[in-house]
Amino acid sequence: MRSRLRNYAAQPARSVMTGKQESGVMKLKRIDTRKLEEGIFKALMILSTCVVVSALLVILGVILFRGFNSLSIEMVTARPRSGYREGGILNAIVGSLLVGGGATALALAMSLPLVFYMNVYVRRESLTPRVMRFVMDLMWGVPSIVYGAFGFIIMSTFGMRASLGAAIIAVSLLELPIMVRAMDEVMRMAPIEIEEASYSMGATGFETAFKVILRQTLPGLATAVLMAFGRGIGDTAAVLFTAGFSDSVPTSLSSPAATLPLAVFFQLGTPFMDVQERAYAAAAILTFIVLAVSIVSRLVARATSRHVVR
Amino acid sequence: MDSRLLTDRMSRHVFFVLTFLVCLVMVILAVVLWIKSLPVVQATSLRDVLFTSDWNPEEGKFGLLPYMAGTVFVTALAMLLAAPMSILVAVYLSEYAPGWVRVAILPVMDVLSGIPSIVYGVVGVLVVVPAVGKFSDMLGLYSSGYSLLAGGIVLAVMVSPFIISVGREVLSTVPAGLRDASLSLGATKWQTVKFVVLRRARAGMVAAVMLGFSRAFGETIAVLMVVGNVAQIPKSLFDPAYPLPALLANKYGEMMSVPLYDSALLFSAFVLLAVVLLFNAMARLAMKMISN
Repeated sequence: MRSRLRNYAAQPARSVMTGKQESGVMKLKRIDTRKLEEGIFKALMILSTCVVVSALLVILGVILFRGFNSLSIEMVTARPRSGYREGGILNAIVGSLLVGGGATALALAMSLPLVFYMNVYVRRESLTPRVMRFVMDLMWGVPSIVYGAFGFIIMSTFGMRASLGAAIIAVSLLELPIMVRAMDEVMRMAPIEIEEASYSMGATGFETAFKVILRQTLPGLATAVLMAFGRGIGDTAAVLFTAGFSDSVPTSLSSPAATLPLAVFFQLGTPFMDVQERAYAAAAILTFIVLAVSIVSRLVARATSRHVVR
Repeated sequence: MDSRLLTDRMSRHVFFVLTFLVCLVMVILAVVLWIKSLPVVQATSLRDVLFTSDWNPEEGKFGLLPYMAGTVFVTALAMLLAAPMSILVAVYLSEYAPGWVRVAILPVMDVLSGIPSIVYGVVGVLVVVPAVGKFSDMLGLYSSGYSLLAGGIVLAVMVSPFIISVGREVLSTVPAGLRDASLSLGATKWQTVKFVVLRRARAGMVAAVMLGFSRAFGETIAVLMVVGNVAQIPKSLFDPAYPLPALLANKYGEMMSVPLYDSALLFSAFVLLAVVLLFNAMARLAMKMISN
C-alpha cells in the first residue's frame, strides 16, 4: 500500500515541477480526469442509493395500495367461509401472533441465559464466547427452509402432527441466533466498570447479571426481542411443513394453525381472482404488523433507557 | 451454604448446559440431515445425485443437477446485480453522504431488511414478473415473465440491504487516521476512497458479498413465487428455473410413500446447508482476521 500511496501522492508534485514545460491544456486535462472519475462514481453512488430507496417505496406502495383495496372490517374480524371466498383472515392473524409470540418467548428463554453466560459468567473475549459467537453466526445463516425441514423431522420423530407447537419450535430455532447476536452486541458494549462495581459490592454473578447488567442493557434487549419477533412472524418457509394450515383459530398447542405468510402463499396460489384479492389484504396486514413492530421497538428502546448508566 | 451463592453456582451450571445444548443443535441439525439423506446416496451414488439431470422419483431417479443449476444461476445473477450497487451505496453512506442523508437512509435499510420474504414475492409477482414479460416481448422472446431474470431481480433487492449494512460495518473499521494521512498528502477524496479505504477494506467487502451470497442461496419463498419452477437447466435469462429451496418447499411433506423421495429431498436440504455454512464460515473467518 505504501508504494501506491507514494505513486499518486507524487503525482501533483511532479506536475508542479514540470508545469512550465507542459501546456496549459494538458495540465487542465490531468485535473479533469481526476475530477471526472470522482464525478462519475459519485453519480453512480447517488443513483444506486436512489434505486434502493425507490425499491422500498415501490414495495410499500404496491402492497399497501393493493391491500387496502380489498381490506375491510370483516377481513380482520371473521374466519374464512365458503372455501376462502368470503369472511376474513382472523385465523391467520391470530395464528401468526401466537406462532410469533410463542417462538419469541421460547427463544428468549434460551438466549437470555446464553448471552449472560457469554458476557457475565465467563470473560467476554475468552474462548467459550468466541466459539459461541461463531456457532451463532453459522446458525444465523442457515436458510429458514432447512429449519422447516428439520422441524418436520423432529415433529414426525416424536409423533406430533403439524400444529401450533411444532411451528413454534421451528420458528424459535430461526429466531434464536438473531436474538442472541443482537443481545450479545448490546452486552459487549456494556461498560465493564459497572460489572466490576457490582462484584466489588459483594454481588454474585447471578445478581450482577439479572439486577445490574439486565437493567443496563434493557433497551438493546427489548429491541433484539422485537426484531426477532418481526422476523419470526414474517417467515414462511419454517412454518410451511410444521404449522398445518387450518381455517379455525388454534385453541391449543396441538391444533393446526394458519399464519399470515401462509395465507398469502396459499391464497395467491389459487386461480380465483377473489381469493387472490384476500392474499393481497393478508400481505398488507403482515407488512403493517412488521412496520408497527419496528416502530414500537424504537419507542420501547427510548422508554426503557431510564436506567441506563452512561 | 448461603442461598445467594447456591443460586449463583446453580445458574452457572444450568447456563453452561444450555449454552452447550444450543451449540449441539447446530451439530444435530447437520448430522440428522446427513443420516436422512444417506439412503439415496447409497442407493444411487453421490455423483448420480449431484451431476445427472434425470429427476423421476417414481422410477428411483434423483438427479439434482437442474435444481442445483437453477439455484446457482439465480443466486449468481442476483449477486451480479446487487453486489456492485450495494458496495457503491455502502461507500456513499460511509464516505460521502451528508449527515441528513445518512439519518434518512438508515431507517430505509432497516425497513427493507425487515420486510418478510413473502411480501417481496407478492411485489415480484405484481411488478417484476409483468415487467420482465414486457421486456422480453420487446426483444421478441415472448417469455411469461416467470423467469431467471425475475428471480434474480427480486433476490437482488432482498439481499442488497444486508450487503450494504455489513459493508458499512466493514468500512467503519478503517481507521480515520489513514484517510487523514492520504488527504494530507494531497490526494483527492476519491483517490483516498479508491486507494486507501477500499484497499484496506477489500477483504471485508468480499466477505460482505459472500454473506449476501449465502443469504440469497437459501432464500425460498420469494424466489419460488417468481422463478417459474420448471425443472430444466435455464439457457437464457428469460427461461424459467427451479432452485433447490423451491423444490424442497413444493415437494417436501407430500408423496412420502415413494421410496427414497423423502431422502432425496433431505439431501437437497443438506446440500443447501453445506454450501451456506461453508460460505458463512469463510466470510466470518475473513472478517475476524481483518478486525484483529
